[in-house]
Amino acid sequence: MTDPLDELKRAINDATPAPDPARRAAILARAQETFERETFERTQGMAAAPRPTRDRPIGWAGLRHGVGRMYAALASRPALAATTGLAALGLVVLVPMIREGTVPGLPPDTPISGAIVSQEKMSIERADADSADSAVAPAAVEPPSRAAPPAAVGVPAPLARIEMLEAEQRARSMQGRAADSAAGVAVLEAGPTGEPVIGYEIGSEPGSETFANADPQPLKIAVEEPVSTFAIDVDTASYAVVRSSLMRGFLPPPEAVRVEEMINYFPYGHPGPAADEAPFRPTVTVTETPWNPDTQLIHIALQGRSPAVKDRPPLNLVFLIDTSGSMDEPNKLPLLIQSFRLMLGQLRPEDQVAIVTYAGSAGLVLAATPAGDRDTILAALHRLDAGGSTAGAEGLQLAYEAAEGMAAEGSVTRVILATDGDFNVGIADPEALEIFIARNRASGIYLSVLGFGRGNLDDATMQALAQHGNGQAAYIDTLSEAQKVLVDQLAGALFPIADDVKIQVEFNPAAVAEYRLIGYETRALRREDFNNDRVDAGEIGAGHSVTAIYEVTPVGSPAVLSDPLRYAERRAPPQGGDGEFAFLRLRYKEPGEDVSRLIELAITPGMGTANADTRFAAAVAGFGQILRGSRYLGNWSYPDAIALAGANTGDDRFGYRREAVTLMQLAESLSD
Amino acid sequence: MASGDNDLALAAARGDRAAFAALLERHYDRLFRLCFRLTGRRETAEDLTQDICLALPAKLRHFRGEAKLTTWLYRVAVNAAHDHRRRAATHAKSAAGWGHWESNRRAAAEHTAENLDWLQQAMAALPEQLRDTAALVLGDELTHAEAAQVLGISEGTVSWRLSEVRKRLRVMRQEELSS
Repeated sequence: MTDPLDELKRAINDATPAPDPARRAAILARAQETFERETFERTQGMAAAPRPTRDRPIGWAGLRHGVGRMYAALASRPALAATTGLAALGLVVLVPMIREGTVPGLPPDTPISGAIVSQEKMSIERADADSADSAVAPAAVEPPSRAAPPAAVGVPAPLARIEMLEAEQRARSMQGRAADSAAGVAVLEAGPTGEPVIGYEIGSEPGSETFANADPQPLKIAVEEPVSTFAIDVDTASYAVVRSSLMRGFLPPPEAVRVEEMINYFPYGHPGPAADEAPFRPTVTVTETPWNPDTQLIHIALQGRSPAVKDRPPLNLVFLIDTSGSMDEPNKLPLLIQSFRLMLGQLRPEDQVAIVTYAGSAGLVLAATPAGDRDTILAALHRLDAGGSTAGAEGLQLAYEAAEGMAAEGSVTRVILATDGDFNVGIADPEALEIFIARNRASGIYLSVLGFGRGNLDDATMQALAQHGNGQAAYIDTLSEAQKVLVDQLAGALFPIADDVKIQVEFNPAAVAEYRLIGYETRALRREDFNNDRVDAGEIGAGHSVTAIYEVTPVGSPAVLSDPLRYAERRAPPQGGDGEFAFLRLRYKEPGEDVSRLIELAITPGMGTANADTRFAAAVAGFGQILRGSRYLGNWSYPDAIALAGANTGDDRFGYRREAVTLMQLAESLSD
Repeated sequence: MASGDNDLALAAARGDRAAFAALLERHYDRLFRLCFRLTGRRETAEDLTQDICLALPAKLRHFRGEAKLTTWLYRVAVNAAHDHRRRAATHAKSAAGWGHWESNRRAAAEHTAENLDWLQQAMAALPEQLRDTAALVLGDELTHAEAAQVLGISEGTVSWRLSEVRKRLRVMRQEELSS
């Protein structure tokens, strides 16, 4: 005997008609109209006020329009058969509705509306209780009530008020048409059960893509605040997120743009340190500002040493892989497996790999295995299967335990967390999570976070984790990005050459009137933290280059934005510094050491020579600021960024810069 | 791609006209088909789709991308269908007071005599909740987990409902055969 469900399925699909093209076009056009009107009103600040009902798409007019439909539906047998059971309950709701809706002069405030909503809930509950499968009814009713947490404060009040206005209007109109009570009553009842409640429910869903960012760095006045301190950042996730948005045809949300990560995405050819020097070498270049002829850019690049890959210490890698159900998309788990395959080819036989997964349960899928045993590792990778929806337990703990077991003198141990943003790794409290990771950082285990897929990418948590775990956050959307992060830069991504790298720049008020750090919003440090070796900062991996750019306005430049204070103590204009713009201090620790070392360097006007690298970085800085909506760029816009970047792609061995130019062109065409 | 949907929706929520148009263009057909499966009538489905589309600009502003857009959209559709039924139900009842209900019942009885096809009968005989679940899982090929998200119930409940549908269909078939 065939499964009746299959039969029903076939019947349903056979019966489903194609939409009528004319009706489709008409509805789409009307919806677009509604969208535009509402957007216009919202941007005009009208949305906050309770609007007359006709502005609501399913408002009074929509419902009146619906009456005709109800008559039509009434004649249909299925509707009757399905609803006679519910009809008696409808009336229970009806009576209080009329009473509350028609109280004259009653202010349309929330308590009454609340009553309406609860009436609505009652009607659902009772209807459900009466229906056949009452066993599951409570579960079915739960979402609307649960979905109204106090968090949604912004939404309920206006909605409730609109609803009240509608109820009033409906009631009034009902009085006017008492004779036609069949229609009138139907409409009245329809009101509170309708859209606002749905909107309310959905409105309370919190966002799922969250981005870490702060307001753009403000302009600082050198006399008032001469010192600027921040931690370096080698993350590149923001660039990939921006690219993924643009490739899909949308400008990225401004908060997703972290300018320094965009600049640092690209390899630059700055000279590295000599063998006996510090692990990285600073190169400072003072150049023209592309977007302002009256200011200068101070371009500070740190180039990490790149030891030959054969000289690197053995690596112990623990892949901590999210295998929850949401990873079951082509650009997530399968891409992840492909990416790790690529990476495996770069490992040496003495390296070790372990795999821990978390989803329904956390488990050690592959105990520490020498990288030479490729087949075993590949087999374990290919057995991974996305499934399970519940929170993983102890995923991170398990990964760190595995890592501790592998750690050995002279090797570098790193946990690589691969996820689509579901950070349900067993520690729910974000602070506890950070503390846990920070504690393990002290034990010498590093953490990298690789983001896969978009949709619920929790960029903020990703970044925070990598930051606290002395690691790198990268976002992998394509196999070529995997190639870049995991293969081309394998050395740097996996073994660090300097820890807790901090930058402090002291500006000379005699030469610099105003300055502004471009990007690094999430990396700011307090001035006193610079010398405090207990304060964590960024790490630099082998071969990494890190760039920071300041825009400075020299004293006397027409571009100075702020006037001197009238009532401040009148001091002689600051003198001295021999015309130096600023003094650069860098602190870093050798991996595994507790005490930082210091590098110092004076920055003078005209220092260094601008080249394709510095100009390209400036173009990307400009591009990032356009995407963020910066107000410091004047009329400088996409075409300028495209021209500047396009003219400075350099040798661009991997094609990253040409890709960036393409993205700028895309952004330009999307921005109209 | 699902995540592309979410980008579109979020852009539309911020007032991006093109994004809204693209979103509707992409999902109209799917939405219409679901509405049909939930209501079983072409005209009703079209009206319902229109209601949803016109309400979408306002609703999208509350879309935060937590759920997949399709899941969210399905939930909107199922809720709209419920409201529609509730309106119809109330109307049926209030009409009863005026004697319409009885005449409608009679008309409906006559209707039965005209050999309604099996699907109509089967769907009409199912309680609302079972019908919605069947429409989502069988018609739109959602997984039980996805349907559970749309309906706001547990995955187990979806499975249970489907087995209940199967049970009832079996009984119906028995009755058909014996009569």
